[in-house]
Amino acid sequence: MNKIKSPYKINRLNFNFEAFRKGGLIGVALAFLALFIVVPLIAVFTEAFSKGAELYFASLMDPDARSAIKLTLLVAAIAVPLNTIFGVIAAYAIAKFQFKGKNFLITLIDIPFAVSPVIAGLVFVLLFGSQGFLGPFLEANNIKIVFAVPGLILATVFVTFPFVVRELIPVMQEQGTDEEQAGRILGANGWQMFFRITLPNIKWGLLYGIILCNARAMGEFGAVSVVSGHIRGLTNTIPLHVEILYNEYQFSAAFAVASILAMLAIVTLFLKSVVEWKTK
Amino acid sequence: MFKKKKRHHQVLPAFGLSMGYTLVYLSLIVLIPIAFLFIKAAAISWDDFWSIITDRRVLASFQLTFSTSFMAAFINAIFGTLIAWILAKYQFTGKKIVDAIVDLPFALPTAVAGIALTTLYAPNGWIGRFFEALGIKVAFTPLGIMIALIFIGLPFVVRSVQPVLQELDQQYEEAASTLGANSLQIFMKIILPTIFPAILTGFSLAFARALGEYGSVVFISGNMPLKTEIVPLLIVTKLEQFDYVGAAAVAAVMLVISFILLFLINFWQWRISKKYETV
Repeated sequence: MNKIKSPYKINRLNFNFEAFRKGGLIGVALAFLALFIVVPLIAVFTEAFSKGAELYFASLMDPDARSAIKLTLLVAAIAVPLNTIFGVIAAYAIAKFQFKGKNFLITLIDIPFAVSPVIAGLVFVLLFGSQGFLGPFLEANNIKIVFAVPGLILATVFVTFPFVVRELIPVMQEQGTDEEQAGRILGANGWQMFFRITLPNIKWGLLYGIILCNARAMGEFGAVSVVSGHIRGLTNTIPLHVEILYNEYQFSAAFAVASILAMLAIVTLFLKSVVEWKTK
Repeated sequence: MFKKKKRHHQVLPAFGLSMGYTLVYLSLIVLIPIAFLFIKAAAISWDDFWSIITDRRVLASFQLTFSTSFMAAFINAIFGTLIAWILAKYQFTGKKIVDAIVDLPFALPTAVAGIALTTLYAPNGWIGRFFEALGIKVAFTPLGIMIALIFIGLPFVVRSVQPVLQELDQQYEEAASTLGANSLQIFMKIILPTIFPAILTGFSLAFARALGEYGSVVFISGNMPLKTEIVPLLIVTKLEQFDYVGAAAVAAVMLVISFILLFLINFWQWRISKKYETV
């Protein structure tokens, strides 16, 4: 009788210890996440509404805020498609063909991830600013890039450059080339192959990349801050408008505008989870 | 042999076209602009360059940036691994939400994170007041910079370690357990060596990101020269004073460091993936 009972007992003790450890580890991990991630997110919304809903909506309807929202949408509407087209084409070249120096090329594509956003802005100021290499030429032809909208777009394209392509390379590599080859043998031309086989096969990966690229494009601060010149109503994106309001001690207004970006982040995470769930 | 191989690769169309487009776009957006930064920095003599980057204020900002980035990445390596562990190994309610929330620092614009953290950790903020009572200042000190860098770096470690933990073969743990190893021994001798490369990758990614971070730090740091001025902010300050050469020189040093880190990380990941392919 004892012999049967004791292993059961040990087992139960073990189980309790396991459960205790599991609970402890989950508790510590969740506390860390709550402190560093959830509380800041809650703070954005609490501060945004701290002076009441009226001021909240007034801050969003302010002409400068509205032009910042419009500019952010414009910048993203240009930068994201450019990098999406590049991402699909570059991933096709890298994943579907074998060539020397592939890893080196991928590392070059990664450069914008490794470069400080401030330096990303700086390179365009050095290139197109009045002191820059092309500055005299641009001035002579009355073209403004830095401290104007084209500079914002260029800086945003730079910092969001790798998002789509880096998402697509592993997806395309995993799919291999069998289906495309079969399509070709059965007489599909290049475009038919691309639009009927390659593109449908990567649609979720592509969507994933676009979502992340868009979030960064709309939220970019450092690079855009360097090239914008902070001209109110003209070259201020939403994040830059947040900074101006904050530095003017209009905290509630700053957080009200910031709350749009926080909602964008939440939507981004939600869509990302949906895509992850779809591909599983 | 060579001919056959070549023909095999040309079954799919438009390699030349897609590769050409890739290289042109990459050069125009990334490579040429960066090359011009190095040209700008190289336009001055070596002595001038050296005196710019060994200036007391510049050295202080490099030291601050490296030490806070290292500490933040280190803390992320520990807690990021723990979070990856509970996500990979345990089932609990709300796990999907927790999993999604880990990526918030990727999705939340840095400026928003910056003002939120500053408000929280200011002496009268929700969290800052507790530290204030203990006599510790967080916002506008290096500690505040570290907190911002922990925020932005956390997902890198979690997302590096989590897939490795999920794929970890249970049978080694079970074998060790049957042979009498306790759970600490199993973790130290079996699990940790397997996930260590992933932890190191996550650490390096978080560290590299922290070195260049601007938006989330600039609000909480207080931006005092010699004390809480990070390198990216120093570059912005030099630009605002129209010191383009100085900005380019400091940026060139940062770029070289970033490139070395990037090559190391990519080479490393490539080695790891090769290893797994052959096994």
